[in-house]
Amino acid sequence: MGAMTLLKKGAEASLFLADWHGRKVIVKARLPKRYRPAELDAKIRHYRTAHEPQLMHEAKKAGVPTPTIFLVDLKDAAITMEFVAGRQVKQVLADVSRKERQALCVKIGGLIGKLHRHGVIHGDLTTSNMILDAEGKIFLVDFGLGEKNTEVEARGVDLHLMKRALQSTHYRFAEECFKHVLKGYSAVLGEEDAEKVFEKIREIERRGRYVDERKQS
Amino acid sequence: MKRRTEALCLGVESTADDFGVGIATFKGEILANASSGYVPEEGGIHPREAARHHAEAADKVLNEALTKAGVKPTDLALIAFSQGPGLGPCLRTGATVARALASYLNVPLVGVNHSLAHIEIGKLKTGTVDPVTLYVSGGNTIVSAFEAGRYRVFGETLDIALGNCLDVFAREAGLNQKQGLSLGAALERLAADGAKLVPLPYVVKGMDVSLSGLLTAATTLLHKGECRLEDLCYSLQEHAFSMVTEVTERALAHTEKKEVLLTGGVAANKRLQAMLSIIAEEHDSKFNVVPLQFATDNGAMIAWTGVLAYTHGLVTPVAESFVKLRWRLEKVDVPWVQ
Repeated sequence: MGAMTLLKKGAEASLFLADWHGRKVIVKARLPKRYRPAELDAKIRHYRTAHEPQLMHEAKKAGVPTPTIFLVDLKDAAITMEFVAGRQVKQVLADVSRKERQALCVKIGGLIGKLHRHGVIHGDLTTSNMILDAEGKIFLVDFGLGEKNTEVEARGVDLHLMKRALQSTHYRFAEECFKHVLKGYSAVLGEEDAEKVFEKIREIERRGRYVDERKQS
Repeated sequence: MKRRTEALCLGVESTADDFGVGIATFKGEILANASSGYVPEEGGIHPREAARHHAEAADKVLNEALTKAGVKPTDLALIAFSQGPGLGPCLRTGATVARALASYLNVPLVGVNHSLAHIEIGKLKTGTVDPVTLYVSGGNTIVSAFEAGRYRVFGETLDIALGNCLDVFAREAGLNQKQGLSLGAALERLAADGAKLVPLPYVVKGMDVSLSGLLTAATTLLHKGECRLEDLCYSLQEHAFSMVTEVTERALAHTEKKEVLLTGGVAANKRLQAMLSIIAEEHDSKFNVVPLQFATDNGAMIAWTGVLAYTHGLVTPVAESFVKLRWRLEKVDVPWVQ
């Protein structure tokens, strides 16, 4: 592999842009974290590096666009994958009209619905982890915290995290966005199954600390 | 007694096991920070017993603060109190004291959000301006940062608080809370002699953490009796602290802020401080830990936050001063932060 340029130093991994056999690729490297004990750190990095490509592959099977994986290097906890040209949904949401925003959110909800129907939990649904390409296709990335799971609880937490991410990043229209995410989700998963997940979300919220909706003890 | 000419605010804190009274000048000088802690005979905090302690200690703590500051009640220009979140009976006791004072002295009353006060006193005492804050205590585990008018919650616990997790384990292990030595400090001492990392659940969900499974697993291993207690304390700390450090780092990477602030009772833990200073360094941020006196629940933080609120036009009429048991940080406007 040729020279690598650091694109983004994230908390969990660093993203490098590189050339791989004439292709533009992303190398996602989970660098060691000095704050954790070495054996715990190695376990976490190894586990996430091994699982992420599997889940991305599963997501593809579910009909959700994800970057193609080219190489998985467990020793260095690095994944080489397709470079997807596009913009983070996080940036797009703030720039578009209300109607476009709602349509995007319905689409995102639909993708989450497809994942869940296929038994995949993303584990970190934020608008930074979604890339919109020129053709209007939304790619999901960052499956490092995901899992294979069909339980209502896991689905509920997944959507709850999406809501929380909208609230902290897109506070001005978080509620509207989430409503449309749920709309798209329900359309794919079916109203009956979706309603079970929505009820679970409400339960998860009540479980949280200092939530108005929680029953007074 | 020489009469002070500058405006003063007295703050009452009573969300949980501590009853505290602090006095701050409007310029941010802390003149007094008195406190009395309720120590349960066994188990955790019993809300009604804690409230009884607060009612009994109020008079003594108030006098101690006034004497320390060298002021008379009539010198006070403002009364602030911790309005929530917290335990109902405890909050109500502090609110009653504050209402009585404000009414008797005929000065304005201002209700303060407890979590917000932790951040504001931390900023004041460390000179931090715009940090990512990790607030970890017996009742709270919150990663927050300021964005557009409010402190946004980026990550938090999905179930129990970090301090609660450590305390319950410590009690299960037979450690005792003594005046001057918290359960957390006792656990930290044992952990320092831990050598072997016992595998435990590590649960990070997005920006949030879940600690209840970790506590159950550690407690189960404890009762099996196959691990050294020191190793278990060490492993529990390493897993729990790594989790909160990971989500704090995520908030730091996301917001690209240049300061990290650690506060709350668990901030006293040296190992947690070390972990956070590492991530701060990696993101070219400055790490600050709030001095213990101002990191645990205290009246000074309420007094100072009361000053900030009042000088930005916020007051709480007595008729609207009911306590808010579940008042989330992100619901509070903070017009004093730019």
